[in-house]
Amino acid sequence: MMQTVLTVTAVVLSLAAAGAIIRIGRGPSLLDRVLAADVLLAIFGAALCIDMAVNRHLNNLMLLVAISLIGFVGSVTVARFVAERREGSRES
Amino acid sequence: MNRKRISLRQELPLLVWLVFVWGALWQNFSPGNLLFGALIAVLVARIFYLPPVELGGRFNVLRAVPFALIFLGKVVAASFQVLYLAVVRGPNVVSAIVAVPLRSHSDLLVTATGHVISLIPGSLVVEVDRSTSTLYIHGINVRNAEDAAKLRKEVRDTEAGLIRIMGTKDELSALTQELAA
Amino acid sequence: MNPETVIDAVSAVFMVVGALMSLGAAIGLLRFPDLMSRMHAATKPQVLGLFLLLAALGLQMRTWWVWPVLLVAWLFQLLTVPVSAHMVGRAGYRTKHLHPELLSSDELEAVVQKAAQKAAQKTANHGVDDDDAGR
Repeated sequence: MMQTVLTVTAVVLSLAAAGAIIRIGRGPSLLDRVLAADVLLAIFGAALCIDMAVNRHLNNLMLLVAISLIGFVGSVTVARFVAERREGSRES
Repeated sequence: MNRKRISLRQELPLLVWLVFVWGALWQNFSPGNLLFGALIAVLVARIFYLPPVELGGRFNVLRAVPFALIFLGKVVAASFQVLYLAVVRGPNVVSAIVAVPLRSHSDLLVTATGHVISLIPGSLVVEVDRSTSTLYIHGINVRNAEDAAKLRKEVRDTEAGLIRIMGTKDELSALTQELAA
Repeated sequence: MNPETVIDAVSAVFMVVGALMSLGAAIGLLRFPDLMSRMHAATKPQVLGLFLLLAALGLQMRTWWVWPVLLVAWLFQLLTVPVSAHMVGRAGYRTKHLHPELLSSDELEAVVQKAAQKAAQKTANHGVDDDDAGR
């Protein structure tokens, strides 16, 4: 049963990753791309989680926590810079 | 060094949380490990000083457990609703930005309300006005004033639940008076 | 039915639904029209998705000491997701990423315009740029 679950989730997650990558490529603005990159990171996290659950190990757990924190720091930083830059250019 | 002294009682929730994280990361809850974790927690809290969070001074566990369960239920329901909207409605979805004035003026409660509301899919805090403690919330699939009123009521109900859990006594009595009226 | 198969079945369902949440996020990213509604689809179902996946992992490991670390991982996500969503949303609103025709009402706009007027008056009066007035 675990093997079928693995196949199904692999297909679903691949489709999801493809969608996120399309949005990264097409996204009209920087913020859209950041958002899509965040989703892609979350999909990686989900894939790590499923791998751990199916194969019953915990090697990637810290990687999972690190990935979610990196996504957080990344999107906050970019959002901060986008807001600052636009405000600066409007006033000057 | 004009640091405000923090009483141990005020610092205790932070220390307990740090020790819990330490134990969880080592996956080892033996007394020796926890003791060492407590030592490190105290050191970290002393060296990396942060301004203390002003807690309300009370925490009602009996209210917190149902609140957490309802929250989880709402997250599940709303996740599927957003999924449905994405698949069926797609590009034609209509949203709104709704201003919700909150009762409480404590930073902790405003932050907690914003967090809970943001975590429930379908609503997102765009801007916070700290001076009037108003949240500006972007809600998805809010088509008319009726939906906006529903969203506003939900946010204020969430805040009421949080006040019952950890608001100060003044806020709690104000809330009971408001509900009785 | 022995408990082993029940646990396996429950965690299998959790895993599939958790993966579907990721797919939902991707569909939302592709189909929603503007940044704000994409954000709803992108970040929030992931909270439930990660919860289900971590629960499946906990069920599969069948030891109690993994639950605290899974809880910590999920709580970190609970704390960080709203913050990053708020930062991106705020930046999006300020940089006019919103399509006003897709909003049924915007109660923030009047406030922002009032603040901008105040800021403009202030700069006209003092000739100095007070950054905080525009916030």
